Amino acid sequence: MPPSSVHRIRFGFTALAWLAGLMLFLPILWTVITSFKTEADAVASPPLILDFTWTTENYREVQQRSDYPLHFANSVIISLGSTALGLLIAIPAAWAMAFSPTSRTRNLLMWMLSTKMLPSVGVLIPIYLGFRKLGLLDTRIGLVGVLMLVNLPIIVWMLYAYFKEIPRDILEAARMDGASLWNEILHVLLPVAVPGIASTLLLNVILAWNESFWTLNLTAAGAAPLTAFIASYSSPEGLFYAKLSAASTMAIAPILVLGWFSQKQLVRGLTFGAVK
Amino acid sequence: MTSIQLRQVSKHFGNTEIIPPLDLEIGDGEFVVFVGPSGCGKSTLLRLIAGLEDVSSGQILIDQEDVTTTSAARRGLAMVFQSYALYPHMSVRRNIAFPLKMAGLDQAEIDRKVEQAARTLNLTDHLDRKPGQLSGGQRQRVAIGRAIVREPRGFLFDEPLSNLDAALRVNMRIELTELHQQLGTTMVYVTHDQVEAMTMADRIFVLQSGRVEQAGSPMELYNKPRNTFVAGFIGSPKMNLLVGSAAGQFGAATLGVRPEDLVVSTTEGRWQGTVGVCEQLGPESILYVHVGQLAAEPITVRVRGADQFRHGDPIYMTPVEDKLHRFDAAGSRIA
Repeated sequence: MPPSSVHRIRFGFTALAWLAGLMLFLPILWTVITSFKTEADAVASPPLILDFTWTTENYREVQQRSDYPLHFANSVIISLGSTALGLLIAIPAAWAMAFSPTSRTRNLLMWMLSTKMLPSVGVLIPIYLGFRKLGLLDTRIGLVGVLMLVNLPIIVWMLYAYFKEIPRDILEAARMDGASLWNEILHVLLPVAVPGIASTLLLNVILAWNESFWTLNLTAAGAAPLTAFIASYSSPEGLFYAKLSAASTMAIAPILVLGWFSQKQLVRGLTFGAVK
Repeated sequence: MTSIQLRQVSKHFGNTEIIPPLDLEIGDGEFVVFVGPSGCGKSTLLRLIAGLEDVSSGQILIDQEDVTTTSAARRGLAMVFQSYALYPHMSVRRNIAFPLKMAGLDQAEIDRKVEQAARTLNLTDHLDRKPGQLSGGQRQRVAIGRAIVREPRGFLFDEPLSNLDAALRVNMRIELTELHQQLGTTMVYVTHDQVEAMTMADRIFVLQSGRVEQAGSPMELYNKPRNTFVAGFIGSPKMNLLVGSAAGQFGAATLGVRPEDLVVSTTEGRWQGTVGVCEQLGPESILYVHVGQLAAEPITVRVRGADQFRHGDPIYMTPVEDKLHRFDAAGSRIA
């Protein structure tokens, strides 16, 4: 292919990627803009793009009406807690599957993934009743547990893919050097897998942060994270688009910042194993 | 004082038998080489001794002590891997110190031993580098340093030189032999390269399909190969193995003649042929001679000097009678 057509094709793909990126970003941008409108401007037709009276009133009101710090703290605890607990279980599991595979390993991995194919609502009632019986409804610990279970297959899969890339030799070398299993994992496997563990951690924090099905159904006020905080501004009280947008913006801002600064790590995590 | 004994050791992977029941004994301070083509089970055998694989049956004894179920970490053996297997996140210093740290030595003792190993292996200037910043030869030295530093009962080498270039390989071969002379520790070395086996070993085990075809000193194997497999495997260039009438004339089903055991002439000799390829190595040349009906493969001949023969030259060859190797129809040595 002549270089000129390579350039043209590259340009075409770049333009396409920008278009896709903008389309994905547009709803977020619209939400942020709406959060600075009055309720009347927010529902104006035709919609006002930038020529409206900018106001921060919604943010003030949302903070007065809701306990944002509480929801924020809940979100942090639930997303970090469920991810940390998940890693604690997934690291040994992925280690075993990557370095001592049996004929059943493949099927086991597929089975774990298949649990993600079941619609969550399918197990809502048993889990809800179980939570009620155990007194876990509207508790952070209950949500940490359930979100850990929801994301565990993904954590195991991601770590498994990373661990597969680590040369087996260096773990065997550690064994030959007299390292116990614990030392082998602590001194060799984990430090080598740090990039993989970091991107797994980041992705799962984001997934848990944004999870809304379980957080909405299993919490009321005490343990409600930011997803429930957003939801509290929707429908029943009427149209509060501007306040809803302000709440959304406040809820997604922290994770957006985190995602922005760790995007390199995240992209690497999501494409790992795809290209050798 | 380390001897290693294998008693009826076998290894299966699923239904595939990699190593049929095998007895083997390695003496104290011996440099033993397992050699064989790829897939012959030599690395598996080494990994069984190391404890990195479980035996399917049989016993492994180190110094008369049964270690069959002992973990690799507690067998007291050190291993050098083909890939070097250095810890990529640790500096050279920490790599070498790792086994000492695992053994629970105090920091001052660790530092002293690491410095000493680094001096022995010319690594002093590289102690604070990461493995990624080192050349292949330096990495191999670090791997060896990591192995010697804790004074193990024995060393296991799994094709440690295969990733090095030819010149470096020769150097490291000499260094390893010197290391063995210096330490006097039992060493088990796996390679597919018979030159490494010949140059380094006190004793060679030639393996095929998990079986020991022959065990003996390099010269024993070279001079008296027990069968055609060993005959063809040991020696470079390979021994010529002739079948049919050429062998029949000497009372064998297969006749083995080493390339240097053929007397060549331009005028007369037992076998006649035409020079095909002539590889000039300086002090000697290797000729590949086409002999028509006598053998399908060209006969390899080693001659002194360089300019004697050219492509297409007629040549006569006579095998040296008392250097012939005769094998029966099953491929076993006759007398």
